[in-house]
Amino acid sequence: MPVTVTIPTPLRGFTGGRDAVELEGATVGEVIDELLSAHGGLKRHLVQDDGRLRNFVNLYLNDTDIRQLESTSTPVREGDILTIVPSIAGGSPAVETELPKLSHAEVLRYSRHLLLPEVGVEGQRKLKAARVLTIGAGGLGSPLSLYLAAAGVGTIGIVDFDVVDLTNLQRQIVHGTSTLGRSKLESAKARLTDLNPNLNVETYETRLSSENALEILGEYDIVVDGTDNFPTRYLVNDACVLLDKPNVYGSIFRFEGQASVFYAKEGPCYRCLYSEPPPPGLVPSCAEGGVLGVLPGIIGSIQALETIKWIIGAGDSLVGRLVLFDALKLRFRELKLRKDPSCPLCGEHPTIRELIDYEAFCGIGAAPAYQGPEVIVEELRQERTDKGEELVLIDVREPHEWEIAHINGARLIPLGQLPDRLSELDGHSEIVTYCHKGSRSMKALEILRGAGFGKVRSLAGGIDAWAERVEEGMARY
Amino acid sequence: MTLRLPETLLDEIRRHGASAYPAECCGVLAGRVDPEGGKDVLRLAPAINRRTDDPHRYLIAPDDLRQLDSELRSEGLEIVGYYHSHPDHPARPSAFDTEHAWPWYSYLIVRIDRGAAADAASWVLDDERPLMHPESLEVLSEV
Repeated sequence: MPVTVTIPTPLRGFTGGRDAVELEGATVGEVIDELLSAHGGLKRHLVQDDGRLRNFVNLYLNDTDIRQLESTSTPVREGDILTIVPSIAGGSPAVETELPKLSHAEVLRYSRHLLLPEVGVEGQRKLKAARVLTIGAGGLGSPLSLYLAAAGVGTIGIVDFDVVDLTNLQRQIVHGTSTLGRSKLESAKARLTDLNPNLNVETYETRLSSENALEILGEYDIVVDGTDNFPTRYLVNDACVLLDKPNVYGSIFRFEGQASVFYAKEGPCYRCLYSEPPPPGLVPSCAEGGVLGVLPGIIGSIQALETIKWIIGAGDSLVGRLVLFDALKLRFRELKLRKDPSCPLCGEHPTIRELIDYEAFCGIGAAPAYQGPEVIVEELRQERTDKGEELVLIDVREPHEWEIAHINGARLIPLGQLPDRLSELDGHSEIVTYCHKGSRSMKALEILRGAGFGKVRSLAGGIDAWAERVEEGMARY
Repeated sequence: MTLRLPETLLDEIRRHGASAYPAECCGVLAGRVDPEGGKDVLRLAPAINRRTDDPHRYLIAPDDLRQLDSELRSEGLEIVGYYHSHPDHPARPSAFDTEHAWPWYSYLIVRIDRGAAADAASWVLDDERPLMHPESLEVLSEV
């Protein structure tokens, strides 16, 4: 039976600009299903994930609200007019809204929480209402999002743009072998909703930037920083201060970790602790310096714990305290942090009032790194065949990396020792340096050139490229 | 897209927000859409806030909206968006605003600080949800 559905202006972008569509169906529900299958873009605006109409969507059959009829089972007749009418609602944030109720299944699922007076039914409902954003689905993001999902946090947003790589799985436990090569967001969402189907996961497949940070962070109550680089860490800090949001901070390096909660309304921010980033290249990333797999599990769990305490309002938060963890000594230390009155962001006379260019602030791209001549792996293979021993190959990695794999005939001189061992090298010979992926090798080149060695080149892409394109079967890491 | 709003109307919204403080005010932005999709607000239509249970929420009911819409259409105008105030909160959408937003409409938010009107900004829902983007707000002064 053809029925006319009138489309309100805000939705015409999804119906090709048409203000009415003719559809078949015996009931209001059937007509709406037809509408959604013909114009899929309308779906997310009109219905919830469970398929029911959103509460601000009203349907009028001719002139009567279908709620006064038989709702979506109301029969329709030829010539009827079904009108979509918006309700317009909104309100200011941080208002105690009515907390969502717990279903019987949720009461059972969270029973060990409910037994704790500090959590109880009210705390669990606060968790259900909470919106937490985690930056990164990596080493810290993995344990953190798993524990938040298991604890019953209602909405978890995740920002990441990476894909799951084999080298991630030693510590990034939200991912698995079955999700190798897939996007980390997709992989994490599948695992988290398997752990807790009540969870709403919102994903942002993007690099967090000054352009999108306020919009994305603005949607959440709490931000948990699981990033591995300084530009993003300063960006997250600054955006949280500008938006008055708590920033649950964690960072890891090799065997050591740190955690705190930065909340400028009550305590210091990250800039009060570290006003300037370290020079680029000084602090190696996990990919360069390595990290013990359990370490992010410990620090990420502390971040999850602080987030949950914040939501339910239990205990003492880490605001104003920095926890330092040493895994080898198995020792926790605690530093008192004070708000810096001269902090350019949250101090008495702030000079930073909007997001800045964080790459430039952290010196990335400002002073270009040394660029010397390079040789690609295929050329090196040919030259070694042609020149044999005349071509000196120097591996500037660390001995433990050499043990994983090295190019036959190369000499090991770790970058740190190179300035003291220049006398071992013949200034007239032709030298090629290599490292894991090419950046330390370029630094070695700078040292050698500075010391007067003329015929030196760096292997582009390092031993990783060599293993990929020349020596198949060589171990990669 | 751009929302163009005469300064006198922005002042009216600010006064409406200040007088409703500490509660929220809400209303309709009525006007016309140009061929490029830009919106010109030509008059305001204060709406009845049907949420009386919570001063930090507003609701324009569908029956009110239908009536307003037909009145405006008879004047040759249409609803291009809505305005509401955020008492003591920034002029950016709350999660509740985003959750309830409709695409295409402009959502103008004016911040009211301790009873005095502060900054205003206009937002539009992303077609994919769950974000609202700021849109350019041109305040036109009287000539």
